Amino acid sequence: MQKSLLIDPDKCTSCLQCEMACSFEHEGVFNPARSRIKIFEFEHGKRAVPYTCTQCAEAWCLHACPVEALVRNKTTGAVEVRDEICVGCKVCTIACPFGTVNYNPDSGKVIKCDLCGGDPQCAAACPTEAITYVDSAWTGYERMQAWAVKTDTKAATA
Amino acid sequence: MAWQRKVLRVDLTRGTSRVEPLNMEWANAYIGERGLGTKYLSENMDPKADALGPDNVLIFATGPLTGTMASTSGRYAVLCKGPLTNAIACSNSGGKFGAEMKFAGYDLIILQGRSEKPVYLHIVDDEVEILPADALWGKGVWFTEDWIKNHHGNPNLKVASIGEAGENLVRYACVVNDLHRAAGRSGVGAVMGSKNLKAIACHGTKGVRVDDPKRFMAVVKETHKKLAESGGRKELTKVGTNAMIDVMQEWGGLPTRNFQEVQFEGTGKINPEAAVTPNAHGHVNLITNKACFGCTIACGRIAHIDKEHFTVVNRKEYWHASGGLEYETAYALGPVVGVDDIDALTFANFMMNEHGMDPISFGVTLAAAMEMYEMGVLTREHTDGVELKFGNAEALAVMAEKTGKGEGFGKELGMGSMRLTAKYGHPELFMGVKGQEFAGYDSRALQGMGLGYATSNRGACHLKHDVFGEDMEDISGNNKAQPVKDSQDRVAMIDSTGLCLFTTAGWGVEDFVAQLDAACEGSWTKERCLESGERTWTLERMFNMRAGLTGADDSLPKRLLEDPAPSGNAKGKVAELGKMLPEYYAVRGWTTEGMPTNETLNRLAL
Amino acid sequence: MDYVIVGAGPAGVIAAETLAGLEPGADITLVSGEPEPPYSRMAIPYLLAEDIAEEGTHLRHTAGHYDARGIRVVHERVARLDPAARTLAFEGGGSRTYGKLLLATGAAPVRPPIPGMDLAKVKSCWTLADARQIIAGTKPGDRVVLMGAGFIGCIILEALVARKVKLTVIEMADRMVARMMDKTGGDMIGDWCRGQGVDVMTATRVTGIEEKVDGSLSLSLEGKEPVAADLVVCATGVRSNIGFLEGSGIDTGQGVLIDNYMATNLPDIYAAGDVAQGLDFSTGGHDVHAIQPTASEHGRVAARNMAGHRTAYRGSLVMNTLNTLGLISTSYGLWDGAEGGDEVVSLDRENARYLRLSFQGDVLVGALALGLTQHVGVLRGLIQTKVPLGKWKKVLQDDPHQIMTVYLACVQDATRRRAA
Ligand SMILES: Cc1cc2nc3c(=O)[nH]c(=O)nc-3n(C[C@H](O)[C@H](O)[C@H](O)COP(=O)(O)OP(=O)(O)OC[C@H]3O[C@@H](n4cnc5c(N)ncnc54)[C@H](O)[C@@H]3O)c2cc1C
Ligand code: SF4
Ligand code: SF4
Ligand code: SF4
Repeated sequence: MQKSLLIDPDKCTSCLQCEMACSFEHEGVFNPARSRIKIFEFEHGKRAVPYTCTQCAEAWCLHACPVEALVRNKTTGAVEVRDEICVGCKVCTIACPFGTVNYNPDSGKVIKCDLCGGDPQCAAACPTEAITYVDSAWTGYERMQAWAVKTDTKAATA
Repeated sequence: MAWQRKVLRVDLTRGTSRVEPLNMEWANAYIGERGLGTKYLSENMDPKADALGPDNVLIFATGPLTGTMASTSGRYAVLCKGPLTNAIACSNSGGKFGAEMKFAGYDLIILQGRSEKPVYLHIVDDEVEILPADALWGKGVWFTEDWIKNHHGNPNLKVASIGEAGENLVRYACVVNDLHRAAGRSGVGAVMGSKNLKAIACHGTKGVRVDDPKRFMAVVKETHKKLAESGGRKELTKVGTNAMIDVMQEWGGLPTRNFQEVQFEGTGKINPEAAVTPNAHGHVNLITNKACFGCTIACGRIAHIDKEHFTVVNRKEYWHASGGLEYETAYALGPVVGVDDIDALTFANFMMNEHGMDPISFGVTLAAAMEMYEMGVLTREHTDGVELKFGNAEALAVMAEKTGKGEGFGKELGMGSMRLTAKYGHPELFMGVKGQEFAGYDSRALQGMGLGYATSNRGACHLKHDVFGEDMEDISGNNKAQPVKDSQDRVAMIDSTGLCLFTTAGWGVEDFVAQLDAACEGSWTKERCLESGERTWTLERMFNMRAGLTGADDSLPKRLLEDPAPSGNAKGKVAELGKMLPEYYAVRGWTTEGMPTNETLNRLAL
Repeated sequence: MDYVIVGAGPAGVIAAETLAGLEPGADITLVSGEPEPPYSRMAIPYLLAEDIAEEGTHLRHTAGHYDARGIRVVHERVARLDPAARTLAFEGGGSRTYGKLLLATGAAPVRPPIPGMDLAKVKSCWTLADARQIIAGTKPGDRVVLMGAGFIGCIILEALVARKVKLTVIEMADRMVARMMDKTGGDMIGDWCRGQGVDVMTATRVTGIEEKVDGSLSLSLEGKEPVAADLVVCATGVRSNIGFLEGSGIDTGQGVLIDNYMATNLPDIYAAGDVAQGLDFSTGGHDVHAIQPTASEHGRVAARNMAGHRTAYRGSLVMNTLNTLGLISTSYGLWDGAEGGDEVVSLDRENARYLRLSFQGDVLVGALALGLTQHVGVLRGLIQTKVPLGKWKKVLQDDPHQIMTVYLACVQDATRRRAA
């Protein structure tokens, strides 16, 4: 069974350990500005929402890519960026309706969550279990998908 | 590695800035943050300079572990000569600003001179701009943060700013970052205000690297675990620092009504239990807890005020959530002024954050004013018609706002307790040391704490030593000098790493050392780290000596030395400073006048 | 079923793959009018900039990708369509029949009707063949004139600068990228380019091009001094490739007219991509959106319908993103404002940051941004889900950069409502 990230914003304290773990895993440096997961805080700190790619079934990013730089990892289900192929055109960044593919001006390529190849470092680092890695069936995945479906151009199958 | 090796120097008089390499020799000797900041301050200014004049230097300093995955890595310190004490001021803060400053590439920001007009600093990585702050002058911290982010269209900016209190040179104005985290004590915000610097806004994308990433991650995994499992940590997460209010109440060390008493009958209405219990309207004060950058403890509280409470009933703008009560705020806005109305305390705390003031100094100053009012020294004429009696929640709320905005009697309260009591002829009612007010621990009930207060380089402070264990074990003044000295050095070291002192709930010195050693080049042993702490402490002391302070300033108020504690565990006891202080000078290797000997200075390579 | 897809750009390739996935074993022929393996025009600028080799422009990289899916790729140019006989005639002679047909022939550049446009040193930049000629025809220091600073022009601009030529941009409209940026944004991009040493002339009309005896070119301009050049790259617009459909009885406007199921007026004939004039999400009308995301969505939805999975298309949202010498700009939907709607603007000219959001009631319907790089996609999310912003609209009005906060608040509120 494939797994996915289950995010529970109510548990998040906005410590950003996840952002550091993510950037360290992918860039070898503690740098939230290059994290694939991002915590958004609002209402004077009352709410904090961790946010990253849901590896949505639609994969808008993947389909929009002109050079097949985005591919689905069959084992983890993650949509991954192939750096050697990405030309940095950023079409995926505007195509993903969740805003979870981002351009990295340092590398001239895009970055997105790849589930760390099946060992998500953000979940490992989270001290409050606001992020866990669980069987897809148990997660709010469907709920996120339901949201995704509203954006879906092919949803209204007659 | 760990350090960014860059210092940003800003000349506010000329309106210029430049980047210079970090002095690595100093970094190796003083680590970072508090220690390194102290070294840079000592080398960059004359300690005799007027604290509120252009020759004072203001330094924002991060540590080598700031912005790393070490838990609580969000700390930075603000240093300068303090306007409350005329001694060195060093206040540290959490939140996210410190890490952001590091991500922008700077270990330290040094601010010199004075801008002619109000300005703020806008930093995005290598781009540094000094911009006009006309739109912000006269505004609070919350407005300032929102405005700057909005103005630059950049929600990623982190902002450290002063409120009206800093502008008005309230002697205990603080620097507030991320809406409700503050470099709170000693008036560093007034110094920022005196320089006409409203804010520093910063965003960085450079990240922080460590020397041995693999080892560092292994060490961090261990230290995270250790902290997670510690009981003290669990308490901080669940209850927050205000867990202490019940402990101090029980012990009889909770300063009440300007230290006339040591236990407060209203504690049950403002303790953590009260914060989670619905009131008559079903309103619950506490909403959630919140972490600073990198922090796996999350002791911060987010609270809101009952909409029907008198402080906000007609003021919708204060209905939102914001920083809630910590122990020190609860003490200083509660027992010490005799108020037990949790919403009034929360409102006063909002005022502290919004207008940028240290709640401890404010509360203790208000307490002295209340005592003078009850004595008849102050009357309604002085207090804008407010009945300034202990326990008056309305007086607390009104004066918090007036002080923040610099209105009426608030201006007088803004002088701080020492200056206010002197002005009205009752200096003995000042509850503090070297001009700075006491935190929420009574020196008669915690003897080591008293010695720590008296010798703290920034004036009365509970955060520069840690002898709770010893104090609770032995209620007398015996055998306190050594542990006070040791913990002062240890804390100075911890304050220099970029991590938070509260991690000591689960960590020992070796844990800080292990993280430093993996993150920084070179070999960092326990001895080296502790010696660095002692060096920092001694350098702070030397700064103060050069500023004109003497051993005579290592004192406590007469009330604590002569009036016995009226109740609690220490009932009948007074602070035994006279006995402890000479012992302390001796273990420090200082003369009987409290001056470090040449031998000591040489040993520490000073 | 015998599926024939004419055109091997993204629309055609994605349609072929979708068909193969829905109907394993189906007979699928992909007709490419160009000799190379199916490639992406969008990648051409990176080829010009020498960031990638030609293979880097290919739509698919795995050897045997098409064969493995039962997709036959043939290289022919279709000359005529005979719907009655269900037959396609090829330019090189020969023909073939089809069961179901997808027209995905894309678009081709158009040149203004002025003298000199047929000179050898006046190039378009549309195909790999064009790109090879531009690469061969430019060396560092050459004077190159780029005619047209529309979306495609601006993308090429970046690549030409990377080739270190001395560049002059001439645009007829009063600003750059007039079809994706308002005056403010277009001018900011113009200023940015000038700041980086590119000569930009807007509101300037080229009236003719001549070749001088020394082999150099001279462009005459209306009311201005002529400009000399070693090479001219023309990017003055494109038109759907519908010429070969003349006489077939297919309804066309600017492109091939299609219904909400991507079908043309003729049975079993569909159209997708730059050649199709399809449903516009924002206006409800029909329009040619010559952009990659539309081509890929069209291709997928057309294939589903061709395979009998009746799927309504919700319309394509205009979206563009451009990197002009480091300045990133983006636009979505009704970025120039909606009728009867309102908007909020945040502008910081000095730091080249600009954000303009257009609302209809409390729904976001368009957006335009300069200098925004993180989480840009949520603008699409908000526009395309038509989520009512409610009280959060006020937050955006106070600070439009709170877009992510507002987006998350809306998602959270929606999920909570659904959970309740
Ligand atoms: C330089 C450049 C940069 C671009 N950058 C962007 C960008 O950044 N973002 C964006 O969204 N879009 C961009 N575009 C536009 C984008 O490439 C097109 O929208 C997209 O290619 C359209 O896909 P399509 O499949 O409809 O048509 P095309 O990709 O044009 O493919 C059409 C296919 O049909 C074939 N064909 C045409 N006529 C015939 C015929 N008679 N017989 C047989 N075959 C025929 C062609 O050979 C080709 O294989 C760019 C285009 C160019 C040229
Ligand atoms: S990046 Fe966006 S489009 Fe791509 S898989 Fe993730 S959520 Fe889907
Ligand atoms: S799973 Fe990995 S890549 Fe994805 S957000 Fe978490 S740490 Fe980052
Ligand atoms: S690590 Fe967990 S608690 Fe901390 S910010 Fe990330 S999701 Fe929130």
